[in-house]
Amino acid sequence: MFTHSWLITAVWLASCLAAGAAFAEGPNLGKPLDAAAIAAWDISIEPDGAGLPPGEGTPAQGARIFADKCAQCHGPDGKGGVAGVFSAPLVGSDPITDIAASMKRIANFWPYSTTLFDYIRRSMPWQQPMTLANDEVYALTAYILALNKLIAENDTINAQTLPKVRMPNRDGFIVRFPDAM
Amino acid sequence: MTSSDHRRGRTNSSPIEAVAGNGLLNRRALLGRGVVLAGAMGAARLGSLTGAAAEPLKDAPLTEAPWSLEPGATIEPYERPSRFEKNVVRTLNNPNGQPGAQGARTPHHLMNGAITPNGLHFVVSHGGAPDIDPDKHRLAVHGLVKRPLVFTLDALARYPMTTRVTFLECGGNSGPLFSPQPLDANVQALHGLASCAEWTGVKLSTLLEETGIDPKAKWFIAEGADAPHLARSVPLKKALDDAMIALYQNGERLMPANGYPMRLLLPGYEGNMNTKYLRRIKLVEGPAMSFWEAKTYAPILPNGKAYQFYLLQEVKSFITQPSPGLTLKEPGLYEISGIAYSGTGRISKVMVSADGGRSWAEAALAEPVLSKAFTRFRMPWRWEGGAAILQSRAWDEAGNVQPTRAQFVAQRGELKSVPPVTVVLNHHFNAVTSWGVASSGEVKHVYT
Repeated sequence: MFTHSWLITAVWLASCLAAGAAFAEGPNLGKPLDAAAIAAWDISIEPDGAGLPPGEGTPAQGARIFADKCAQCHGPDGKGGVAGVFSAPLVGSDPITDIAASMKRIANFWPYSTTLFDYIRRSMPWQQPMTLANDEVYALTAYILALNKLIAENDTINAQTLPKVRMPNRDGFIVRFPDAM
Repeated sequence: MTSSDHRRGRTNSSPIEAVAGNGLLNRRALLGRGVVLAGAMGAARLGSLTGAAAEPLKDAPLTEAPWSLEPGATIEPYERPSRFEKNVVRTLNNPNGQPGAQGARTPHHLMNGAITPNGLHFVVSHGGAPDIDPDKHRLAVHGLVKRPLVFTLDALARYPMTTRVTFLECGGNSGPLFSPQPLDANVQALHGLASCAEWTGVKLSTLLEETGIDPKAKWFIAEGADAPHLARSVPLKKALDDAMIALYQNGERLMPANGYPMRLLLPGYEGNMNTKYLRRIKLVEGPAMSFWEAKTYAPILPNGKAYQFYLLQEVKSFITQPSPGLTLKEPGLYEISGIAYSGTGRISKVMVSADGGRSWAEAALAEPVLSKAFTRFRMPWRWEGGAAILQSRAWDEAGNVQPTRAQFVAQRGELKSVPPVTVVLNHHFNAVTSWGVASSGEVKHVYT
């Protein structure tokens, strides 16, 4: 998708230049942004895996990183319950039997595995976001998926394997207002 | 006040008529009350209405107060409220900034009108308020566009601006009311994650005219420059409708906790989608399924499924005065007042009940009644000193009706146990709220 949109941009810009076209309506005060410039900021991951960077990790590698950088808030083995921190447990797969939001867990609720990579990379650790290398993010993603028995202990998670991890509750959702979309 | 109100005020010399049970009075008669009282109704009659005004003044003689006998304080560059208003502040659920969300709730019971001052505007923050240098902040628009562009704040400030009043409401506002039992909480705790301001900025569609839109684009991802890099997916329809890059809040630059120097403003949409510290907009074919939309703001339904992309804040109202903590001191005349709003348009009607929903009367709406904005409603009420249950119920111009609690619970369910009031857990509650008035004058949250 990345390459694709860049191609579109290039073709389109070329056609503009050729035609001498102008964006006459507005002040036109935005500066052109090329693919290299946006790459540093574009951390969006889509459910089909679009945007996932190179790199990989395993549950065992993730376990070591987790103990070092995550357990202080999420508890050993991701069970939560750390005083003074609002962090939901990262494990648990009880069936949802109550409308309480506290029922929501990764294994029984999250529809897409890519959300894990996206959220860990952009927001975690809470005190130092965007400090994890992509390999570390993959490893943590693998560790959490393995804790939840969604992958095997020896599986490797990367841009190809992550989108293929089908989450159990993928089809558990109803779009509220389809007409607005 | 309309001219018809004036006419009715002038010609109405009969006692103020009851319009619904338990003391609800004709709002039109009271709107012209000054004229009525000066004319046919004497001072004794006023006394009987309020229960107090007929008493002669005896607390203190009218003398020159100390503040009238010397020059007052030097005027400050940025003024703060009187020291006597020190309790009119937001309540914080996480004052020490422990990891996790921080909520600051608007004190609706201590305010009036429809606009929330910036210092009292609610905040839900998932990573604290970043200290952004506006000269270094950038907004990138890219993805499925024909010409990716990056904007400085100075550049955006030169674009044609639009100004509108709109409410913002956290998807979790009123969430504790999924409780199976009434809560020992006031309107600030229960409904304080909603506020209303006048916002000024650049329409997102204006920027998209310059970037162009690839026809494949159906959504956009909005991302903030805060520590969580909070990201939400928004239907592109909204970008082409009324989405705005807001730069000003009630005439001044945005408050830091409300997104300084710029935020996405999606009138009527779930608060969390109105991305603060907006730094990047990426047009895409489908939603990103970010943490916030895939997990947090997806409310579970009684059948075990969950709503996804709730988007809208639905029609809602609540009474702010009287409300818990505002004890009625004595029988007499009071004004029932509150706030109504809808994410789908203007409020068309608010009905008020003083007898737990057995009878209703239509409240007066304070002008202007604006689309997707707080609308202040008012209803005169004579409290005779007995038990009362006050409720409000709103309708919007699209025909949506605020559900009763029973209707709402039938569809959305109820928690099995009483939830904590200060932690936002369950989302998108918009049913009728009931305040019970005891004969002591104490007001409490109740169910009917």
